[in-house]
Amino acid sequence: MSSEDSQANNSDEEIPKHGLQGPHPDERPHPTGRRNSQGIRIDPEVEAEHSPRRAVISALVEDEPGVLSRVSGLVSRRQFNIESLTVGPTTVDGHSRLTMVVEEPDPGIDQIEKQLAKLKPVIAVGELDDDMVRTELVLLKVEGEEPDKVHAVTDMYEGKTLDAGPRTITVQLTGDEQKIDDAVDAFRQFGIIEIARTGQTALARGDQATVPGEEPGTSGEPTTPANYDD
Amino acid sequence: MSEPAPPTRDDDEADGATDATGESEPESESESESTDPTPVTTGASSVIRALENAGVEAAFGVQGGAIMPIYDALYDSDIRHVTMAHEQGAAHAADAFGVVRNEPGVCLATSGPGATNLVTGIADANMDSDGVLALTGQVPSGMVGSDAFQETDTIGVTTPITKHNYFADDADAVGDTVGEAFALAGEGRPGPTLVDLPKDVTQGGTDREPGPAETPKTTTPKTVPDDDAVAAAARAIEDAERPLMLLGGGVIKADAAEEARAFAREFGIPVVTTMPGIGSFPEDDELCLSWAGMHGTGYANMAVTHTDVLVAVGTRFDDRLTGGIDTFAPEAEVVHIDIDPAEISKNVHADYPVIGDAGNALDALSSEIAADPDTEEWREQCLTWKDEYPMDYATPEDEPLKPQFVVECLDEATSDRAIVTSGVGQHQMWAAQYWTFTEPRTWVSSHGLGTMGYGLPSAIGARLAAEDDQEVVCVDGDGSFLMTIQELSVAVREELDITVAVLNNEYIGMVRQWQDAFFEGRHMAAEYNWCPEFDKLAEAFGARGWRVDDYDEVADAVEEAIDYDGPSVIDFHIDPRENVYPMVASGGANGKFALSEDQL
Repeated sequence: MSSEDSQANNSDEEIPKHGLQGPHPDERPHPTGRRNSQGIRIDPEVEAEHSPRRAVISALVEDEPGVLSRVSGLVSRRQFNIESLTVGPTTVDGHSRLTMVVEEPDPGIDQIEKQLAKLKPVIAVGELDDDMVRTELVLLKVEGEEPDKVHAVTDMYEGKTLDAGPRTITVQLTGDEQKIDDAVDAFRQFGIIEIARTGQTALARGDQATVPGEEPGTSGEPTTPANYDD
Repeated sequence: MSEPAPPTRDDDEADGATDATGESEPESESESESTDPTPVTTGASSVIRALENAGVEAAFGVQGGAIMPIYDALYDSDIRHVTMAHEQGAAHAADAFGVVRNEPGVCLATSGPGATNLVTGIADANMDSDGVLALTGQVPSGMVGSDAFQETDTIGVTTPITKHNYFADDADAVGDTVGEAFALAGEGRPGPTLVDLPKDVTQGGTDREPGPAETPKTTTPKTVPDDDAVAAAARAIEDAERPLMLLGGGVIKADAAEEARAFAREFGIPVVTTMPGIGSFPEDDELCLSWAGMHGTGYANMAVTHTDVLVAVGTRFDDRLTGGIDTFAPEAEVVHIDIDPAEISKNVHADYPVIGDAGNALDALSSEIAADPDTEEWREQCLTWKDEYPMDYATPEDEPLKPQFVVECLDEATSDRAIVTSGVGQHQMWAAQYWTFTEPRTWVSSHGLGTMGYGLPSAIGARLAAEDDQEVVCVDGDGSFLMTIQELSVAVREELDITVAVLNNEYIGMVRQWQDAFFEGRHMAAEYNWCPEFDKLAEAFGARGWRVDDYDEVADAVEEAIDYDGPSVIDFHIDPRENVYPMVASGGANGKFALSEDQL
């Protein structure tokens, strides 16, 4: 082969140092790096770093096949972590509400909202305020050896016994995340066999719309998309 | 292979364009019949009608079992169908057609392997925000999910790489779905869309004429920017001492090159482009510093490193542009104009986001700026950098042919409006560096995905989209060319006037360059000295071929190839040791670009 000669030039010193003219990198003026890993210019007075926080994002979506996989796929392939995801129909035909809990720094949360808004079936997205109304449902199956005590703890957490047999007792609890965590802790003493948690679902409090532009559900009118207005 | 019989065509011969045959549903032909040669009778014919309504002139694809009803309906259409040798070629050709025309290109494939072969091209279009409509056949809906012959979950496979995809499950609605997909592909920030078409749906009877192509109302982007955002950005630009415009591919897609040029000239702001933004600003203009990034010019990267207000338009701040984020434009406040809100502060934080169409935004900004920034000293500085870090190369007569020289010869031999397509690798960088681009939509390349093999099929798409007097030159590498070389058969069959210039260094050169720099010159799997003789291969395909080894043969070969009215291939055997410089090390600071290997 005609290229044998060039193939032979493999050792370091024989590789010619081709290149362009101009000062060496070290001879050029260089401003120091003043952005952080999120591309934010660091203000000398205010360090622009963001620590992760937990956010509840609500999205109103068109109830078409595959919408859940589109949403969850988008979030996961962009390397955002979903803590929980719930979805169900609304008062408007063909609309579903999807509630997602994520833990990310602020730029990440902002990205999740904006990327979700770009999906065709997503009508509107918004992050909920801290004063939102939120709750989670959990089913707990525990050892049935001490039914009285189980019943007492269930009562304390305003739960409900769904099934009680000679070996197992299954209870249902609802509440915010903290309450559920506490209850699960309390039930540990009996020996928890299985747990099924739904994840948080949430609505904005009072007159506020849960997602921007959302019409009152009783009107039965489709919501006006507002996803491209920031 | 496909057991259900295709629907029988009533007019089995070409019996004239106005022949409205078919005994089925004559009452449905009332309104649109006067201009339409054939009524819609099946899902497939409504798909084709939707494409015709959208003004589609050409489609690229490959036949197959599940897409046969669509092809059968194409038989009656004026849409030019170009059969490609491979579906990847179809997707790239459609992509390039769309880039040159600035409208979505259309490609077709059958189910299963046909659809998966499209995937690379769709992913490529997605990364470069190129509008492409892909239509894929699918097994009959009753068999979906049963692992039927040639079944793939095309929706599942393409969800992450499309703007949106549709599973068409209703023959009555399929035309409107295809129209919507076409419109969505071109709307706002363009991107690929896909419609998966089960065979029973395309064969199914319907008389529904598709309506005008409309985008879904949930996707309508904001095109006019907020006044407050414009005002804030204007104040920042007024106060700038070292403003710099960074023009991305979005400027070209928004047809805003004129506005961008006017803006830069009015306020005397130097301009750098991204690689997809090449052509948005004339590279022979004094204000233009060419393109920034990993292999961008030294002066562009110096300007980016030292600017205090970066006006970025239609760019997503890809890492090949920014290098390390922490050292990218470290002193700059960033004005970011983009139609996609999700690009704002995704990679580089935008101090002044302006969401809207690039042309609208630049016009609004221009009228809002009250006092011109004083940029004279800064412009002088940029010119100094141009002198300090010139784009040049050595051409000793006794050395093997330099690729840069070849690119310059090709540039000289062609008009300003010539379209250059490329594969991916060293040749792509040399083409981008040493061709002087002055017009938008003359540089067609695979940027974000870096798809080797993009060059030849995209030249085919570009040729069909270009005007007759525009030359189309594909600058390719030996490795890249070999990946889709089968499409040469298409160029020959369609008698396309394309010149392929292979910069042949018998290496997968960019890999070899990195192996030299970072892997102690261990050329693992980078040697391509087993490549065929491309000039002879070209002749075997029915094209013209030349082999060029010396400087004094270049001009003649180029002239003959450009003059030849058909596909031609020049196999330039270039210096196998030539590397691409300047180079910013991956993740490094743009200002620390290396000018030779020992600076890396």
